[in-house]
Amino acid sequence: MAEPLFKARNLTKHFQITQSFFQKLRGKEKQVVRAVDGVDFDIYWKKNFSVVGESGCGKTTVGKLMMRLLDPTAGHMYMKGEDISAISNRQQLKAYRRQTQMIYQDPFSALDPRHRIRTILEEPLMIHDIGDSREERTDMIHEALEEVRLTPPEKFLRRYPHMLSGGQKQRVSLARAMILNPDFIVADEPVSMLDVSVRAEVLNLMKDLIDEEDVTYFYITHDISTTRFFTDYIGVMYLGDIVEKGRGGDVLDTPSHPYTQALLVAVPEPDPERGRGVKKVPITGEIPSGTNIPSGCRFHPRCPHAKEICEKKDPEEIKVGKEHTAKCHFAGEIEFDIEVAK
Amino acid sequence: MDSKMVLEVDELCTHYLTTDGEVMALDDASFKLHRGESIGIAGESGCGKSTLAFSLLNQVQPPGQIMSGSIDLDGIQVADLTEKEARKKIRWKKVSMVFQGAMEIMTPVYTVGHQMVEPLKYHKGIEGKKARDICERYLELVNLDGSIFDRYPHELSGGQKQRVIIATALLLEPDLVILDEPTTALDVVVEARIMNDLKRLRRELDISMIFITHDLSILAEVSDNLAIMYAGWIVEFGSSKDIYKDPKHPYTEKLMAAIPDIRTDIERLEYIPGVPPNLINPPAGCRFHPRCHKAMEGCKELEPETYDVGGVRVKCHLYSEDEEIAESEEAQYETAYDDEAAAEAYEGELGKEEIEEPDEIMEE
Repeated sequence: MAEPLFKARNLTKHFQITQSFFQKLRGKEKQVVRAVDGVDFDIYWKKNFSVVGESGCGKTTVGKLMMRLLDPTAGHMYMKGEDISAISNRQQLKAYRRQTQMIYQDPFSALDPRHRIRTILEEPLMIHDIGDSREERTDMIHEALEEVRLTPPEKFLRRYPHMLSGGQKQRVSLARAMILNPDFIVADEPVSMLDVSVRAEVLNLMKDLIDEEDVTYFYITHDISTTRFFTDYIGVMYLGDIVEKGRGGDVLDTPSHPYTQALLVAVPEPDPERGRGVKKVPITGEIPSGTNIPSGCRFHPRCPHAKEICEKKDPEEIKVGKEHTAKCHFAGEIEFDIEVAK
Repeated sequence: MDSKMVLEVDELCTHYLTTDGEVMALDDASFKLHRGESIGIAGESGCGKSTLAFSLLNQVQPPGQIMSGSIDLDGIQVADLTEKEARKKIRWKKVSMVFQGAMEIMTPVYTVGHQMVEPLKYHKGIEGKKARDICERYLELVNLDGSIFDRYPHELSGGQKQRVIIATALLLEPDLVILDEPTTALDVVVEARIMNDLKRLRRELDISMIFITHDLSILAEVSDNLAIMYAGWIVEFGSSKDIYKDPKHPYTEKLMAAIPDIRTDIERLEYIPGVPPNLINPPAGCRFHPRCHKAMEGCKELEPETYDVGGVRVKCHLYSEDEEIAESEEAQYETAYDDEAAAEAYEGELGKEEIEEPDEIMEE
């Protein structure tokens, strides 16, 4: 297999909770949120990788670490073989960020309301000192707008963000990321604020750009139903760790971790015949806080299949198929079935 | 159907009278709701779903106004009520509503209980221990512990808060509960569990529900009937089984196709090009024609009637008997969506706002 474009090994981010003066006086123990807790994954050239999970599972933190917006507590990240977790030099960091860009969830607040689209798109060029003259930059902006199908570009240049619809705004964010010709884009819930029909349009466009622009996406989402269409690899994240990963089809058709199975049961069915009855959602409760991660398997308090061993031993990654692993003591033994009670 | 009628809406129009013009947010909406039934209302943002819900409560915010039509709620003419009467007679008692983003609705400085007993106090004069007992019973009904009564909103998770709101909406045993995007902000697992609870409650308490959402896949699970809205019109109304199996209106067809399927590999998702029209000046004829893949010549001028197609009411010229329109079909059937033309149309809408200034102004 080819060398991965991006590699993360034991990637970890712990946040210290600041203590008040009185807590310090009383000698209260320092609390640590283990937002990302030793994550490994590989992303291959032009093969999208998506991370799914509930809110609070640490998926956005992973994205921010990859952009080096946050510094990892431990672990390493490699981009094309180069260790980027060690870069501390501003110039090198800037060069790295030119190759990786980010798109945010909320297109309404990601664009400055007081800047025109032209200014918004010119800013990354100015920062990275690209283009010698205003004309040259204008050409590049035109090209970027055409890439995201905002045509004719002249019409959009002088607009303000409030004059665009939600889908158009998200396409401007995409153009802003694309204008630097990055290899890699971290897309943090890029379509979750958009309407169903617009969502499909933006996802189609993002998919087309993979081949047109040679770009790879790291797609962060809570909506597992869009991943099959959009990505090649899926990582399911729970409480700071990737509990199952593999090729999209494998993970979705034969989920091996009880958490993945629960997520799939919870997906609403667009078919009244199937979805009518009360579905048995196997897990109860809500995701625990990152300050207090359960011992052994982090999922055991909510797991319907938990046995004694799960409380004591943190499960290893078990191979359940080609390129498909799950972190569960019983991976491969638990059958997946959607039960519907009438 | 022989069960009792709870709600009958007839040719309801609600417009917003803004300084820019009249926004025709809801036009000519008619439907009936029987006891114990549920209706799902779906459409893109800005199609008038929420306006419809607020109209049903007679709570349209100014400059909005119910222009014409009637809402018959169990014998009460809702549109004719004054604000005071509406508050006394229908809200909470007959209809209650769970709003979009219910998480922010609770006041952070009072306990959950303090806020929950308010409708009981106001409508029935029940207070103290008795009110507490009732509230605890309803909290348990939505799978919450009775002790939540004494907690503050910030101590609860999003899912728990949403359940409290649902319990409060049920307190006075209304006939009808309107849920406006009840689970949009929640995680899938929590969403599925709340949806399960709602399905159960509807059966146990025999109440009618109206679900409003843009997510058609959720509606498939909870609604008996489906109303698809586009630009202030109900374009298709019928049993959800029929509509999911065989959508009649081109808009519904596209909307259904846009839902990604988790079970099969697909190369491309379907979508509806263009943007919904500005309702101050909606397109002439059928409001959907500029984005419609089946648009005909006649669609540009004539507003379609509502036709009954196998029990489903569809507002579309495709089902017209009128020969003139049907003949025009061939001529225009191929009119694929034209990106440029739509951009042009959109431009026109924005025309007023567009300020042509020399670029240099933005230079620093």
